[in-house]
Amino acid sequence: MNICVKYFASIRDEMGIETKNIQVCEDLSVNDLLNQLIKNESIARTALVAVNHKYVDRNFKLKDGDEVAFFPPVTGG
Amino acid sequence: MKIEILNDKFDPWEAIVEYKRNDLQNNPSIGASSVFLGTVRDFNDDEKVESLFLEHYPEMTEKYLSQLVNEAIKKHKIIDGLVIHRVGSLKPTDPIVVVATWSEHRASAFDATRDIMESLKSEAPFWKKENNGKGFKWIKPADSSNIENEES
Repeated sequence: MNICVKYFASIRDEMGIETKNIQVCEDLSVNDLLNQLIKNESIARTALVAVNHKYVDRNFKLKDGDEVAFFPPVTGG
Repeated sequence: MKIEILNDKFDPWEAIVEYKRNDLQNNPSIGASSVFLGTVRDFNDDEKVESLFLEHYPEMTEKYLSQLVNEAIKKHKIIDGLVIHRVGSLKPTDPIVVVATWSEHRASAFDATRDIMESLKSEAPFWKKENNGKGFKWIKPADSSNIENEES
């Protein structure tokens, strides 16, 4: 299945890329994807994840066409 | 309800007065207006701040802020709420965020404004980097240290 991955802020800087479309196997969890893509343990541990613009937990199962965003703890306001 | 993400400097007081006059039609049931205004400080963690850059996740931010205001309307029975948040480049003294709520009585407006602001700080997808004169650093939440960034 195909998914779109987006990185924001310090994670984007670390990864050196903003967006990429990738093919992954069926039944992949957010945690599986995170481990495949982000090798820096500290970043992977603290990253927040949104799928289709909503926060999800690490066990969330991805579907074809999902947009998955990885970002650091937020600092707005 | 109004949620606005702005790239340019704005006048928060004008925005609040206009919203109450035009969108709320000076609703006579309103007995309390509560406002939180956040502005850029010229220091952070004992370092000077010359400027800030605020990034966000455009497709998620407005939806998320709308959800926070809707939750506050249900929980605190307020009449309405407004959130305006800046992104892009900011300088000390610039307004970053305004949260305003309106209700019949003060307690619900105070509580709703605080709830919206606290959730925004810990959950809404915005990220700040600060320029201390030597380069930009991504800011981490208050209890952790900053990540050095090679960008200058």
